[in-house]
Amino acid sequence: MLRLPPFQYVRPGTLHEAVGILASEGGKAVLMAGGTDLLPRMKHRVAALEVVVAIRALRELRGIWGDPRQGLVIGAASTLAEVCSHPAIRQGYEVLSLAAAQVATPQIRNMGTIGGNLCLDTRCSYYDMPYTWRKAMGFCLKKNGDTCLVAPGSTRCWAVSSSDLAPVLMALDGRVRLVGPRGERVVPVEELYRDDGIRYLNKEPAEILTEVLLPPLDGWKAAYWKVRRRGSFDFPVLSLAVAVRQDEGGHIADARLILGAVRSSPLRVREAEEALRGEKLEPGIMEVVCELASRAARPVENTDFTVLWRKRMVKVFLRRALGTFA
Amino acid sequence: MKEFTWISKPYPRVDAEAKVTGRVRYADDLVLPGMLFCKLLRSHLPHARIRRIDTTRARSLPGVLAVLTGKDLPAHKFGILPTSQDQEALCVEKVRYVGDPVAAVAAIDEWTAEQAVRLIEVEYDPLPSYMTIEDALFKEGEPIHAQGNVHKEVSLEFGDVATGFEEADYIREDIFLYHGSAHLPLEEHAAVASYEPGDLLTVWSSTQVPHYLHRTLSKVLDLPMSRIRVIATPVGGGFGGKSDIFNHEIVVAALAMITGRPVKCTLTREEVFYTLRRHPTLMWVRTGVREDGTITAMHFRAILEGGAYGSYGVATTYYVGALQPITYKIPNYRFEGMRVFTNAPPGGPKRGHGTPQPRFALECHLDKIAEDLGMDPVELRRRNLVAPHTKTVNWLRITSCGLAECLKKVVEASRFHEKHRRLPRGRGVGLAVSGYLSGAGLPIYWNDLPHSQVHLQVDRSGSVTLSCGAIDIGQGSNSVLVYTVCEILGVSPEDVRLIVADTAITPIDLGSYSSRVTFMAGNAALQAAQRMRDLIAAAVAEKLGVPAESLIFQGRQVKVGGGEDRALSWREACEVAEARYGLLSATGTYTPPRLAGPYKGSGVGPSPAYSYSACVAEVQVDEETGVVSVEKIWIAHDIGRALNPLLVLGQVEGSVYMGLGEALMEDLSVRQGVIRVPSMLEYKSPTVKEMPEVEAFLIETVDPEGPFGAKECGQGPLLPVPPAIANAIYDAVRVRIDEVPITPEKVLKALERRRKGEEGRFGPGGFPAIRFKEPIRVAPPSPSSAGRVEPRP
Ligand SMILES: Cc1cc2nc3c(=O)[nH]c(=O)nc-3n(C[C@H](O)[C@H](O)[C@H](O)COP(=O)(O)OP(=O)(O)OC[C@H]3O[C@@H](n4cnc5c(N)ncnc54)[C@H](O)[C@@H]3O)c2cc1C
Ligand code: SF4
Repeated sequence: MLRLPPFQYVRPGTLHEAVGILASEGGKAVLMAGGTDLLPRMKHRVAALEVVVAIRALRELRGIWGDPRQGLVIGAASTLAEVCSHPAIRQGYEVLSLAAAQVATPQIRNMGTIGGNLCLDTRCSYYDMPYTWRKAMGFCLKKNGDTCLVAPGSTRCWAVSSSDLAPVLMALDGRVRLVGPRGERVVPVEELYRDDGIRYLNKEPAEILTEVLLPPLDGWKAAYWKVRRRGSFDFPVLSLAVAVRQDEGGHIADARLILGAVRSSPLRVREAEEALRGEKLEPGIMEVVCELASRAARPVENTDFTVLWRKRMVKVFLRRALGTFA
Repeated sequence: MKEFTWISKPYPRVDAEAKVTGRVRYADDLVLPGMLFCKLLRSHLPHARIRRIDTTRARSLPGVLAVLTGKDLPAHKFGILPTSQDQEALCVEKVRYVGDPVAAVAAIDEWTAEQAVRLIEVEYDPLPSYMTIEDALFKEGEPIHAQGNVHKEVSLEFGDVATGFEEADYIREDIFLYHGSAHLPLEEHAAVASYEPGDLLTVWSSTQVPHYLHRTLSKVLDLPMSRIRVIATPVGGGFGGKSDIFNHEIVVAALAMITGRPVKCTLTREEVFYTLRRHPTLMWVRTGVREDGTITAMHFRAILEGGAYGSYGVATTYYVGALQPITYKIPNYRFEGMRVFTNAPPGGPKRGHGTPQPRFALECHLDKIAEDLGMDPVELRRRNLVAPHTKTVNWLRITSCGLAECLKKVVEASRFHEKHRRLPRGRGVGLAVSGYLSGAGLPIYWNDLPHSQVHLQVDRSGSVTLSCGAIDIGQGSNSVLVYTVCEILGVSPEDVRLIVADTAITPIDLGSYSSRVTFMAGNAALQAAQRMRDLIAAAVAEKLGVPAESLIFQGRQVKVGGGEDRALSWREACEVAEARYGLLSATGTYTPPRLAGPYKGSGVGPSPAYSYSACVAEVQVDEETGVVSVEKIWIAHDIGRALNPLLVLGQVEGSVYMGLGEALMEDLSVRQGVIRVPSMLEYKSPTVKEMPEVEAFLIETVDPEGPFGAKECGQGPLLPVPPAIANAIYDAVRVRIDEVPITPEKVLKALERRRKGEEGRFGPGGFPAIRFKEPIRVAPPSPSSAGRVEPRP
């Protein structure tokens, strides 16, 4: 069995204290919420850290309030199981509860948090492996090495953004509150991410994501489609979050379209959103939109399934996703 | 028919409660005082010469008690088969795959051991690596073993194939590829060794083959078998993956001897992937049939990608050709097989050992022939089915055979004829049948000894101590042993103390492989119990003055039959017998009849009885994504007699599950010399969500040789599943995927080809142009020797 390396486990009593520890320990410390992403990486020896700062029990990070009329606040340490079952989410933001229900397995959803899901490390089939395996395969840019094994010659890492909730929260126009040594800020979910497999978050290491904020629904309807080998357990190899606001005649007043798992950050396809505006969801326009999305998606060969198939599936599943609003 | 009390009843497994409550102690659960932890340094190169190993830094790390290299061990090679002694516990000169162990550390904890392993310096001279069948056959360079990259070649011809093809009205050829797969047991392999004053070495291991481990340890450590004790701990899933001898088992023993302290090694999941795998197999088959579908000749060729060592590979190579004739009458049959070495983990047995691959090929091939002839695939098979109590062209003795009944059952239950070629596009049904052995007829090392033995001891307390070398790997052998003895002695499972798989105190059973345990240990248990009953009956009969034959052992009583209501309680009866004879002891033994045919290579294939299965799969294929979902499986299995229907159904459903995984997603592929994804998350195997509804039927043919008539069920039901699914996909969308796993990409590719007017197929394009050696020609058994099998006395 793979074992954890030795580390110091600290459990701060307040958010303030947690930020303080992170700031003072520098790169040696890391946050842990549910640990379902962090601990496997420590076992794989890609995360080599001396101090683990556990935040799951922090009061400031817990709780879910609000409703579709006022908007919603979700504490970052809420578990995925709580997100799945919370009445305000199930009734008002059903797409979020359905997406959360597709993350991993029931056991992992009982531990894993929404904050951890948003900060989930990017994934790559050359990286999410034990030290011994990576040594045999050759180390890569993201850890211990100096070249990308998927795209040799590339100076960047193409590891895949694999969070199921990030695209959905973007489709719902969500924002996150970050609290750090220099105070707090609220940013759109989209701005949390960078298209870089190594530095994939636009935040300071000592900044803690404390809340997810959702605006009132205001007529938006949303859908989430996740493509993967198996109906449980697997990360997405492609995901699609689509939200639309339609008038009585079925014309689209506004749309948001996000692809997950095709690059190192969720990919918002603005051209496709633009193309949808003012249109009715008819075959012709759907084809245009699918084409735009498919062109924007440029996955690389580092997840399950072949790149070719993943790319082809963009159109197939986008058509199906849009079909739910037609 | 006699009413049974314990047999044929769906009682839960005897260890069910312990398992579900977590009380079973697996090898990794063992903790001994002063125990050290071992980690192996494994090669990170697929093929290289070892120039130098420097362990100085590792040795000086605090907490490290020993660092071992191959040079510190006696220079004995080992291998599970006597003909393939090609492995070293730690490589001395060469490493042959990524994962091949070169050094080992014993330290006070796993973390220290891991750090020390990283401090071992090895200098290698890399060699060209051979990753595919083509590499092994055609690439220049230093071969993997001195003998060259061809490990084994088999060439056999039964009857006269040329004439057979001349008699055919129609001949078809096909090529198939079956990718490798992992066993994926939940429990990772683990072993603990302790070496005690008085020179007794004890090794606990999660192994399917404690007896073979015992023999191997004796050989490689230069210790007599009498000074070694091997205890197989309950195995948390094996599927063949724990049926070989593994480096860590030898290494912990050597480290325990050196340090004088117990040593444990538990493999990581990654390391489990480096132990054994199902052989990737490329196959070519040519069959001639008459207009009415009768087979006149078959020529089957296969190349097995064998990995770095021999393992069971010689047997596997024969198995790829041996069992085609046990389901169909093939009057003329030629088999050419070759196993090549590659720089990958060794190919070994996995559920169905060498037979799922050819079964996939054969059943898809026949489906195509039926289509070509415009024949119903059920009818084509029916025409050719073997009959009970006959001999096959390659001299295999068929006894009971419920194949026709199995076929009828699944065809009716699935309403195959209403569906086949009639369902809406995208939906389809497919059919396949198969057969498998109930235990190999020969042991893996040549001897005349029994294959399984059971010892029973009873005393005045009424408790029955049952000991047997068999190890329960989840298949339920413990339950079979206990229920068998309960049936004969009329006692309850609570009365039986079971001691298994401990070479110091249990009589030898060859191991849990080849579906042999229920059949062979079951027969041994039956014989021991009957002897014990006779002993007690004699004493009780004398005491009560009644004939021994009139006594009935039932409900913890020994009753006088024939309307009398006199009875002794079981405990009283035991007391009477112990007073009369002293310690009550009985043994049972099973040795299969000699069944091998008169030719070299005839040792692989014979079995005292064959099980049969038939399967219909119904699938839905999404033509836009290529995703196949299996909607339902109907499977009928000729079990001889279900000693415990609950356990049998568990095995049948488990086999369906495993077949489903191999059919649709499991692919232990190698990328740049390294197993692509040795992880439980990324190596794709179905979960409960992919598992379709399974409707299983047990067909009872009461085999003359099996215990109470039973045959095997642990492996056979896997075989028809992948081809049934492939055939159903053809029915659904008219493309042939001649390669498993059948992934969405392959389905889409085939659909695309079909749309373009090309052949709607995905599969290997060719079979390497190699000349097999001249076949050994074997005359089929004469019709007179092909009949009658005498019932067991
Ligand atoms: C087998 C398996 C399957 C999985 N399948 C999926 C899947 O299908 N889809 C999916 O999206 N995920 C999947 N996951 C990943 C993971 O379980 C979830 O994303 C989960 O929500 C992560 O939450 P956590 O609290 O456990 O994160 P942690 O492991 O605690 O943290 C993850 C990362 O986020 C950082 N972090 C955590 N909380 C905060 C915070 N509040 N502020 C700032 N940084 C923070 C941590 O430092 C760490 O780097 C899977 C994991 C496993 C093991
Ligand atoms: S994308 Fe390249 S650099 Fe990034 S993890 Fe994969 S192999 Fe490494």
